[in-house]
Amino acid sequence: MKQFVSFVKKEFHHILRDKRTLFILLGMPIVQILIFGFALTNEVKNSQIAIFDQSNDVATQALRSELNASRYFDVVKDIHSYPEIEAAFKRGTIKLAVVFPENFANDLDHFNTAQVQLIADASDPNVANTLTNYATAIILDYQDRITNSRRLPYTINTEMRMLYNPQLKGAYSFVPGVMAMVLMLVCTLMTAITIVREKELGTMEIMLVSPMQPFKIVVAKAVPYLLLSIVNITSILLLSVFVLDVPVNGSLLLLILESILFTLTCLAFGLLISTKTDSQQTAMFIALTGMFLPTIMLSGFMFPIENMPLPLRVISNIVPAKWYYYIVKEVMIKGLGITAVWKETLILVGMLLFLLVLSIRNFKIRLA
Amino acid sequence: MSTNNIAIHAESLTKRFGDFTAVDAISFEVKKGEIFGFLGANGAGKTTAMRMLCGLSIPTSGTASVAGFDVYKQTEQIKRNIGYMSQKFSLYEDLTVRENIRFYAGIYGKTDAFIKEKTAFLLQELHLEAEANKLVRSLPLGWKQKLAFSVAIFHEPEIVFLDEPTGGVDPVTRREFWNMIYKAAESGITIFVTTHYMDEAEYCTRVSIMVDGRIDALDTPMQLKKTFGVSSMDEVFLKLARQAKRSGD
Repeated sequence: MKQFVSFVKKEFHHILRDKRTLFILLGMPIVQILIFGFALTNEVKNSQIAIFDQSNDVATQALRSELNASRYFDVVKDIHSYPEIEAAFKRGTIKLAVVFPENFANDLDHFNTAQVQLIADASDPNVANTLTNYATAIILDYQDRITNSRRLPYTINTEMRMLYNPQLKGAYSFVPGVMAMVLMLVCTLMTAITIVREKELGTMEIMLVSPMQPFKIVVAKAVPYLLLSIVNITSILLLSVFVLDVPVNGSLLLLILESILFTLTCLAFGLLISTKTDSQQTAMFIALTGMFLPTIMLSGFMFPIENMPLPLRVISNIVPAKWYYYIVKEVMIKGLGITAVWKETLILVGMLLFLLVLSIRNFKIRLA
Repeated sequence: MSTNNIAIHAESLTKRFGDFTAVDAISFEVKKGEIFGFLGANGAGKTTAMRMLCGLSIPTSGTASVAGFDVYKQTEQIKRNIGYMSQKFSLYEDLTVRENIRFYAGIYGKTDAFIKEKTAFLLQELHLEAEANKLVRSLPLGWKQKLAFSVAIFHEPEIVFLDEPTGGVDPVTRREFWNMIYKAAESGITIFVTTHYMDEAEYCTRVSIMVDGRIDALDTPMQLKKTFGVSSMDEVFLKLARQAKRSGD
């Protein structure tokens, strides 16, 4: 025990003395949450649009003020010809152009149908899609109101309710994602590097010659990073609840326990990397490509797994972050209990055991 | 044969890696308090032999005991009773002198009282009192090396293994370093040292020279020079090393 305590103390000396790394480790989750929360958002607000109104009648005026009044759009420009539209897009001053043909209100009144054209800048397809959807919704809304006076024989009204995230806030999906990313980065990368560094320095040799058991060395290496991760989990949760208004709907205890489980899995993976490599650079490279990229791409956090081709969907199953991300969403956002996530929890436990056994076996082989 | 004054005893100790015989049935004895020079060209098998004696590597065949403990079954006890210093500089640069000492004493399970008392003594001995709370990074290389040696014998082992301890150190510091080794030997610690400096070989009580995994010569430096009819250890070494068929790494 005495050995163990001196070792953990030493690890803390390393971590606390390297102020820059410590600052990054503790600051990264905060910065990421804030960046994702305020800068990187799929929600489109106050997009600048232009209107090419060739009719200029009651109906187009009404639509124009509807569009302008919504929080999605700002009408910044009136356009008087098609070439002007293209010029405005090229200059990048507008994201969407709304074109009303001649006799718009007239057509609507006499033929009960009229055309409106939406032109969007699809160099960013997601934004273009979102903007045309918003604009279409506003136009349909207007149509609904004017048809109310002349009842149609049949109408089906769709009523939508967005469960668990009624405002469709992006934060609901990226808070779990950032948690997975940060824990992965701190645990896998840092344990791999810190153990390999001892190999590079030659101090690992000294440790192996000492009576300290390899198992204890490994655990002592992991303890400080586990504590660091708990600090990170806390700061992420505090930020998401108090700054981003993303509530913890389920059991906080369960959420923290699941996070610790995921942290341990990441630590075990970092350990496995460290038994396989002899240089910090290789360790870093493997940790980044082996864990970081799959965490971002295949956890469902950035890109929906359902839309991926079959091979990628299969591969995504071996990414621990995928299961953790799912668990956090179920527990934190939907407020479900362990009964809803026990299968995923078991998968993570299985991964943890597998990685641990593999890395401890490798650690021993190196000793023989 | 009395085992009481024997620190290391090896009999036909062999290590094979596949077809390659790194250490080929070496037999030797090291007496307590001796400074035993373990020489050989690169690739001759010194490091492998040393790793087996330290309990880091299991021998393929043969027997050996270190500090009276068997290298097959009692590696834990061996580890408790030996110190080790490698050619790589092995203190933590981002820890202070005091923290380094505390850490290494700690992993040998020494008590706080022991550590405190001995640290004070050691710092005084090395004239490092003023630097005790400075980072090791800021010390000159010679001091680091001396500190590393002191740390390796801090837990008062019976035997200390030194793997090319003076690599990259200037002659003056090497001289001082060897004074420390003598002092440690006088206090009863057995020294097992590998080196490439033949003048250092002259300082040893006895010297063994490994060629291609075998020990081709083992005697006092004086006797070796006589046997080979030469005037320096350098020539002894060259005569033996020229017979090597393996190329160094």
